[in-house]
Amino acid sequence: MESTSNRSQRPPKILITKIGLDGHDRGSRVIATQLRDAGMEVVYTGPWQEILAVVKLALEEDVDVIGISALATDHLLVPKLMDALRSADLAHVRVVVGGIVPPEDESALLMAGVSKVFHPGSSRDEIVSDMNRLASEARSR
Amino acid sequence: MSTGSNSEATTDLTARLLRGEPAALARAITEVENETTEMSAILRATQPRLGKATIVGFTGAPGAGKSTLISAYIKVLRARDKTVGVVTVDPSSPFSRGAILGDRIRMAEHTTDLGVFVRSVAARGHLGGISRTTARIVDIFDAVGKDVVIVETVGAGQSEVAVAEIADIKVVVCAPGLGDDVQAIKAGLLEIADILVVNKHDLPSADTTIRSLKAMLDLRNNNRDAVQVLATVATTGVGVNELAETIESKCTMHRPTRSPRTRIRRVLAGIAGQIVETHLQDTDDSAIDAVCDAVQRGDLSFESAAQRLLAERLGR
Ligand SMILES: Nc1nc2c(ncn2[C@@H]2O[C@H](COP(=O)(O)OP(=O)(O)OP(=O)(O)O)[C@@H](O)[C@H]2O)c(=O)[nH]1
Ligand SMILES: [Mg+2]
Repeated sequence: MESTSNRSQRPPKILITKIGLDGHDRGSRVIATQLRDAGMEVVYTGPWQEILAVVKLALEEDVDVIGISALATDHLLVPKLMDALRSADLAHVRVVVGGIVPPEDESALLMAGVSKVFHPGSSRDEIVSDMNRLASEARSR
Repeated sequence: MSTGSNSEATTDLTARLLRGEPAALARAITEVENETTEMSAILRATQPRLGKATIVGFTGAPGAGKSTLISAYIKVLRARDKTVGVVTVDPSSPFSRGAILGDRIRMAEHTTDLGVFVRSVAARGHLGGISRTTARIVDIFDAVGKDVVIVETVGAGQSEVAVAEIADIKVVVCAPGLGDDVQAIKAGLLEIADILVVNKHDLPSADTTIRSLKAMLDLRNNNRDAVQVLATVATTGVGVNELAETIESKCTMHRPTRSPRTRIRRVLAGIAGQIVETHLQDTDDSAIDAVCDAVQRGDLSFESAAQRLLAERLGR
């Protein structure tokens, strides 16, 4: 009866959250639902999370990927999150950002360790396959 | 059945877990949740430390306010310096097997409190309102010394009775205006309740709900100690101190009857049941087929057929 499985066979575990001041969370709800429909287990929080709260949450839930939905200028907080994840020994967790991010900010985010920035035109399939890939990368830590 | 690997990495994880490192706790839960090869070594290490925590289950209809009430209860516990572990279970989609785990949204008050550790899990098709490994996750929290371990079941409304097997105290949460509440109570939740909470007592029809629940309780003269009916407003914390006190006093009442052997027997009964079930349903065995045929002909009663299979096919 004991189905011993390989860690890579479990569904990807994803955190979808919002940091910063913007409170529009329709976008993150849509993404959360799409990822669920693609077979992932998605922890979902409301907007306005503190960086330390996101780190604690990622640790407790042992997530593979954190998706930050960022409108306005909230993505500028992401490098702080990257630092906080590293100091909490969570460097294996992959971080992606979705939203309207100007090109110069995008390269700064990638430099800071963000794995991928999704733009408003990103397709569902692209998001799903990237999330799957990043989750298995995170797990083979 | 695997005996579990005892690799160096697992030994290290187990040591860090028992020292109380949060990252090791999170990781150990992942191994158990996914029933990996590391699982049984981790669980064996926790076994000698079980039985100290108070385990409280919250169940009830979707939207009744379980998560909000848990958050308010945690606030009371934290004011008393108790450490808390929480397992919240949400349903998995039967189509994609994915899940949205959203109970933490209501626990925002504790997002940076290191004395509260919350883990959200998906039911992964398991019935009864919890996941297959929820009970073992609770054990891990118990073993690392959490004073109180809280389980929030899936809010499906009718059959979340499996939590009765793991919780010392079962809190059934209802809210006025959710029509199916009374149905749910009839369908078995009442049988497992130690405490019935009518939450959202700020809403107009709450007193009617309380009255109908009390009437229903009066009808059942079971000789268990009385089920208590409490009213709360989870969003503001009204009534939550009283809930915490009631949980504690019920727990002290139950405690003396709970020996480790009793608990272990209960766990073993559950696991043995699963083994028998899997074996009888899924094994390709002509001797089992022959017994089935004998039952069909009327040569053997179901009872004696089951006894015979237990003795002859499972008693290896
Ligand atoms: N008016 C009022 N609303 C409440 C109260 N408690 C919770 N709510 C609201 O009820 C809604 C559902 O609350 P949750 O705590 O998510 O309920 P739940 O039982 O955990 O729901 P599921 O996990 O989805 O089954 C939320 O909008 C809460 O803010 C209360 O005492 N009064
Ligand atoms: Mg809930």
